[in-house]
Parts: sequence; structure tokens; C-alpha cells
Amino acid sequence: MPKDHGIGASSKRREDVRFLTGAGQYTDDINVQGQTYVHFIRSDVAHGRINGINTSAAEAMPGVIRIFTGADFEGIGGLPCGWQVTDRHGEPMKEPAHPVLAQGKVRHVGDPIAAVVAESYAKARDAAEAVEVDIEELPAAIDMKAALEGNAPKVHDDLADNLCYDWAFGSDAAEVDAAFSNAAHVTTLELVNQRLVANPMEPRVAVGDFSRATDESTLYTTSQNPHVIRLLMGAFVLGIPEHKLRVVAPDVGGGFGSKIFHYAEEAFCTFAARQINRPVKWTASRSEAFLSDAQGRDHVTKIELALDADNNFTALRTETYANMGAYLSTFAPSVPTWLHGTLMAGNYKTPLIHVNVKAVFTNTVPVDAYRGAGRPEATYQLERVIDKAARERGVDPIALRRQNFVTEFPYATPVAVEYDTGDYVATMDKLEEIADIAGFEARRKESEARGKLRGLGVNCYIEACGIAPSNLVGQLGARAGLYDAATVRVNATGTISVMVGAHSHGQGHETAFPQVVAEMLGIDESMIDIVHGDSSKIPFGMGTYGSRSIAVCGSAMVRATEKIIAKAKKIAAHLMEASEADIGIKDGQFTVAGTDKSVAWGDVTLAAYVPHNYPLEEIEPGLEETAFYDPSNFTYPAGAYACEVEVDPDTGKVTVERFAAADDFGNIINPMIVDGQVHGGIGQGIGQALMENCAYDENGQLISASYMDYAMPRADDVPFYTVDHSCQTPCTHNPLGVKGCGEAGAIGSPPAVINAVVDALQSAGHNVTHIDMPASPQRVWAAMQG
Amino acid sequence: MTTVSMTVNGKPVSAEAEGRTLLVEFLRDGLHLTGTHVGCDTSQCGACVVHVNGEAVKACTMFAQEAEGAEVTTIEGMANADGSLNVIQQAFQDHHGLQCGFCTPGMVMSAAALLKENPKPSEAEIRDYLEGNICRCTGYHNIVKAILAASGQDVGAIAAE
Repeated sequence: MPKDHGIGASSKRREDVRFLTGAGQYTDDINVQGQTYVHFIRSDVAHGRINGINTSAAEAMPGVIRIFTGADFEGIGGLPCGWQVTDRHGEPMKEPAHPVLAQGKVRHVGDPIAAVVAESYAKARDAAEAVEVDIEELPAAIDMKAALEGNAPKVHDDLADNLCYDWAFGSDAAEVDAAFSNAAHVTTLELVNQRLVANPMEPRVAVGDFSRATDESTLYTTSQNPHVIRLLMGAFVLGIPEHKLRVVAPDVGGGFGSKIFHYAEEAFCTFAARQINRPVKWTASRSEAFLSDAQGRDHVTKIELALDADNNFTALRTETYANMGAYLSTFAPSVPTWLHGTLMAGNYKTPLIHVNVKAVFTNTVPVDAYRGAGRPEATYQLERVIDKAARERGVDPIALRRQNFVTEFPYATPVAVEYDTGDYVATMDKLEEIADIAGFEARRKESEARGKLRGLGVNCYIEACGIAPSNLVGQLGARAGLYDAATVRVNATGTISVMVGAHSHGQGHETAFPQVVAEMLGIDESMIDIVHGDSSKIPFGMGTYGSRSIAVCGSAMVRATEKIIAKAKKIAAHLMEASEADIGIKDGQFTVAGTDKSVAWGDVTLAAYVPHNYPLEEIEPGLEETAFYDPSNFTYPAGAYACEVEVDPDTGKVTVERFAAADDFGNIINPMIVDGQVHGGIGQGIGQALMENCAYDENGQLISASYMDYAMPRADDVPFYTVDHSCQTPCTHNPLGVKGCGEAGAIGSPPAVINAVVDALQSAGHNVTHIDMPASPQRVWAAMQG
Repeated sequence: MTTVSMTVNGKPVSAEAEGRTLLVEFLRDGLHLTGTHVGCDTSQCGACVVHVNGEAVKACTMFAQEAEGAEVTTIEGMANADGSLNVIQQAFQDHHGLQCGFCTPGMVMSAAALLKENPKPSEAEIRDYLEGNICRCTGYHNIVKAILAASGQDVGAIAAE
């Protein structure tokens, strides 16, 4: 019998009511008295020298308040990078300046050059047409490998070349090379993990406000982590003391990573509001989002897998080129390194692994974390090369995986992480059941009878999430702590506000977090509200990304609630004249062991705030506790996914017929929400596998800059999914035993789809061993032509 | 500037609009009905779907002046008279058909238009009808399920999890 409340219940989402009635408060719904509007003039060339900007005609146009250029930001900090990678020679990565508005040069299409602030968007746009920008176009570095050649145009004149870092990691390279020399078989695969655009449905918005009365700035922004923005913008860009800077991220319409980062437009609106002493609002158009949101993925990889005569994996070697774009976005350097190299063991006990990553500057939009961030890239190459190896060795791809699974935990990988728990056999068993693998051949025959090719693709994945132990990431180059924080404020009548550092932009925290506190206290969930997204209300937490919210911030909330319970027991003991050690709490009642005495939750909370009969000599009045929680390890969700596709041999069109996911997320707070997270991730993964591609031409023009050209998955591009998370090996090092579920679907699904496409083509005798994403009809049809 | 008058969610309204003012700007900026969202600039995403004289319309694709005299319904006008969620809204909550909520108003408005012309749509008909509404959060699974449920169909058998 499923639970109907507390941990494990599929409580309906309370936030839905406002979203379903049009009462949500997204950033663009916020209008501040007296606000002005900014339109950014952006570069239309990928690389160029700014010879002059003439704003005089535009300044005379109606409604124009002020026009800003890079000159207004001279002497002001640029956008900082939050992670410093050390290269294979022990040298720090190259870290070029990233001005708020371009200074001297533009480095990608969309680079902001000037900003027109006016009384309306229409007036700002009209005036922008009259700003004369004299740009001398320069040759652009677009292709990553070409950008590393000696004669390539330099993205940054003050750097020696376009190499950000050359990073090596894992086992000793000579040992790995020796294992390859001794291998019975080596499978090699070169592949592209194409550039994507996160595309949350809400474009980014920023509203900067300034109070001369209090010398306080407020930024309303579409962010996944308001405190991170406050720290980066206040301390590193604008020099505003944190106690004079408030950052609010209200309802946010999806993020998927792209709203983690500190962007130029946020700094601009905050800065400009102080300059003109009026609020400044910016709302991105979708076209602008394509040119200014940090993009994702964009790796080119060669991966080699060594096997012995019995098909045991003996070594793995990878060489990856990772595109940084024109500037380093906030966490960009960490993605191809620590979020990617550390995952190369996957679910397998490969003893020797060596990873090399070269990060490259190009004249394209900066690249940073997108749902999964490094882990989808790792999973894709590993699970594709294993599938290719199975085909080359003539063995069943599931059996080959099973043979090489890690089966004993904890397991220390050759790539620096230690898996605490997992059961990869159980998730594969579950997958075979829910995907009806046994029934595939019959379905294939049925497809073939209709003239279609059918393929089955299976893969596993593991991710490291719940990001992350601060002392560890500090050693790895992070310039931030990655703890989180929660304050549990119990009111006199017993209702509770929990102020959390995590931010909900679709994940349902407002529903799931109260389920935990309600379970611990035995009170109704409706008595508990979650407060998030406003740096003036919440403790200094680090926000939501890396599937960390419940594992890290949820743990902080548990710790704070434990403090509440400890104090409340002291009060209850006083009220019942009992020993504190004998006090228990159940169903909202404090009881005394061995007696029938009890006192209700609400009586204890009232006593805390009306302390007439209260142990004032022992404890303070009030009932409010804060906890900061720093995890001791990552969490390691894992699972097995299966995809069945049909391919139309006449057109190359691929349709996903069935998709099944068996995940191990450890303990589950709200199964309904977890299902939804997996569904969404799978949808994005199918999008990457079959449809989406962020494409630049050779001059650096973004040719997929709208929904007319960038193929977002629609409802008729995907099937119903079968998902299961009944395999649960709880995390051993956080109090809830949770692992996180936000990214799994996007990590686990692309290889399943491509493995299925290759299987379908092979079934018709096509000797196709790989097809790059997106497996569009054109690419699939071309592959079938040999 | 011209004064534009229409009926929105059953109430007569008038506000100033330029010739270039889009219906969605008129609703959001002029009438402060911010439930209708703008997710793109190419009439692809469907976050701005409203009903104009009973037809589903992308409010970013119509000038405010074109709606002169029209009956317009937005997401703010969809709940039952007592303020409770209507059957489609309730189905979206019951079946977790929304996450971040940004595409949701457009989804609900499109779903209502679909069920008006096709009270018992098949899964394929729903997916086809939603071609003009993009959601990035849900993978569409629970949106399709919610619309099936709102039309009174048994979703237990169709969308097993």
C-alpha cells in the first residue's frame, strides 16, 4: 500500500495551483515602479575589432535615457570563472578576461557591444537601430581542432594560442599503454557529442533596482542559485558589498544548467540601475537566448577499449577535445574534466583508465554545464564503445556489460571516485523485465512485416551527483564551497517555514521538502512551507544543479530539523516534568516513555514563544535552527536503459517506439516527482540523439538560432516511457539515503537511442558501426547508402 | 496609440496600444494578465496560447488591434466559477503534467481547444495536436496522460509507469 503522506508518498504538487491558474510570478512578471528597459546591441560577426561606436544620433531619439558601451565598464571587473583547472604540466588553465560589454574586440556572434536604456523596449530597439558600430571583421576560429593549429586566428590576442588547458587524468599512461599492447582485442571509436542549447522555456530575464536611501541593490533574475550570483557579481564584478546586494530568483521557468551561471546582462542591469538611479529591465527574446545562454556539450572524442581473450575490460583510453567557446563561463572548465573524466569507469571494473582532455577557445558562444554536464559525454562514449566491442566480438551486449559490472561496494575506481553503493545486476534485471527484452525479436518481425527496420539499444550509466564535498572540489580547483543550508523556523502555532538554499525551477521542492520535515515531526505537510530564491530570506546556500537539492540541501534540512526536535524535547520534558531522555515524538505528540503522558506539538511550540512555563535558565526561547551540510562524498545513482527504434529504410526517419529506464536513486521522497524528472531527462536525451544540433557555419554564424532551425522535441517525437526506481541501494553517507534523480534521464538515454539505431541498420545488413548525433533522417539515410 | 477594447475573461476592457503592439503584450503589459507567457519569437513554442472567439490563437502572432471587439480567454479565466481548478487543470495536477510551469498555460489552453473539437482524442491525436506547444521539462509523458485523463479516458492502462 503506497504511503499517502510523508517520505515515499506521491503528494500532489502544491506549486501547481499557481502555475495552472496563471498566478506564477516569473521574473518577467515583476515590474518595478519607474523601470526602464534595455536592449543589447550584439555582434553579428564571430570575430572583429571594434573601431568605433557612434551613439550620438541614437541618444537624441525619443525615450532614450542612456547608452552604455564597453568604455563604461573600464576598471570594473569582468565576469569571473568559478573553477580553475590545472593542466597536465601543473600549470593553471588560461583564463582570459570576459568584459560585461565588449572592449576592443568581439569574439562571438551575440557578444554584447552596447546597451540602449530607454523608456520602453520598443524605444530602446528603435534607438539601437541608430547606433553606428564600426567593426572590422577578422578571421574566426570555429572548428576546435583547426583552432589549435599554428596558423589559426587567436580568439584572445594576449594568449599564446587557443588552448585553454591540456588535462590528463587517471591511471599511469604507460601502464595503460602497456595494457593496450597486451590486449586480445581493442575497439576504437571516434565520435562527436554535439553542441546543444539547454532551452528552458522561460528565456532569461534580469531586473536591476537600486535604492539611494539604503545604498542597496536588488537583482531579480532567472537563476538556479541566487547566492552564487550575489557572491560572484558583488565580489568580483561590481564591488558591491554582499550586505548591500539582494538577489531574488522567483519562479523560474526551467534551467537545466543554463541558469547556474553569472551572465553579463545581470551585472549590466544591476550596474546601470545604480548609474541612472532607476530600475533597468532586460527580457531576452528566444533569438537572443540562442546567442547568449551558455551552450552545452560539444566534445569530439576518440575512445579505445582493451579486452582480454575472455572479453574482460582491461583498459580504457580517451582523447577529447572540449569546446569552451569564446570566454570561460562560470563553471565551464570543470565540465570536461572533473565532471567527465571521473565518470569514465562507468558501471565497470576496468582496472586502468587514462583520460586526456584539451579545452579549446573558439569564436562561438561560451559552453558550460547542460543537464548532466560531462556525465552524458562520458556515458555516451563508454556505452557506445562497449556496444561496438560486443558487435566486434560477436557477444551479446547485455552479457558483455554484465560480465564486467562492478559488483562489490564500496568500489574505488581508477578515476578518483569511490562508489558507496549500487547493484547494477539488479537494475539490469529490472530493465530486462520492464523493457520486455525477451519479446523484442517478435516485435522486430512485426516491424519488418511492415517494411520497417527495428533496433534494440541497451546501456548502463552511472553519475556522480549530489555535488559535492567542498574540501574535495577545492582541491580540484573549485572557487566555491558546495555545501548547502537550511533554516527551520517554527512559528508559535506550530506551522513551519523552511528557508532553503536550493532553488526550485520545476523540481517540486515546495512539495517534496515538506514531506521530509512532516515525516520527522509527525505533523501534516500543509503546516510546512518552503521559502527559496531570495538571498535576503534564506541562508547562504549554493542552489540547485548536479542533482544535488535533496541530497545536499535536503540533508541540511534534516540536520536543522533534528536540532528542532532536540530543543523541542527539552521543552516537552519541562512541560511534562519528565526526563528529557524519556521523551519521544510520534504523530505530532511528545510522549514520556512508560507513561500515558503527552503534549502536542503546538503546545510545545507555543511554549517556546510564550515562555511563561519554560526552562529559561537552560535554553533560550524560540524555536528556529539552521544547519549547513557539506557532503562527505558524491552520490552515485545508476541504472540501465533500453530503447527500441523503427527506421524507415526509404527515408532514414527514426521513430522511438519504446523506451524503458530502470534507475537506482537510493531512497525516494516523492515517486511521482521522480518519475517526472526521469521522463523529462529522457525527452531531452532523445532530443539530443535524434534531433537537436547547435550548428555554426565556417564563419561562426549560428545557423540554428531559433525554433525554426533548432529541432526541439515535440509531443509527437517521443513515446510513453516505462520507468522504474524500485531498485534502491540507499546512499550511505547522507541522512536520507538519497542519491538524486534530476540528470539521470538525460545521461542515460542518448546511447540507448544510438545503439538502437545502429542495431536496426545492422539488422538489414548495413555495415554501419556508428552514426553521430543527431541521427537525423538525412544522416541515417546516407549511412544506409554505404 | 489607439484605444483597443475587447472582452477578456468575461470582463470588458480597454487600453491604449500601438499598431505594433501584440495581443500578448496587450494582455501582459496593458492588462497585467501575466499568466500568458512568451517563450519564443517565431510562433513555435505555444506558451502564449489564448482563446480568441473560442479558437486557440498564439497571442504573439496577432496584433492587439486585430482583437478589437473579440472575446478573449486567458489562463486566468479557466478555473471554475468557485476558483477551483477545472477538469483539465485538475488533471494536470493529478498526473504531474507540469514541472516549471512556464509552458503550462499554453498547454492548458491548447488542451481545452483540442477537447472542444475532439472530446475523446487518442494518444496519437493528442501528440499531433500539441505540435505547436513545446515543453522542455516533462518529456510530454504526463501532459499527454493528463489530457487523456481530462477527457475521461482510463490512463492506468495506457500510460503504465
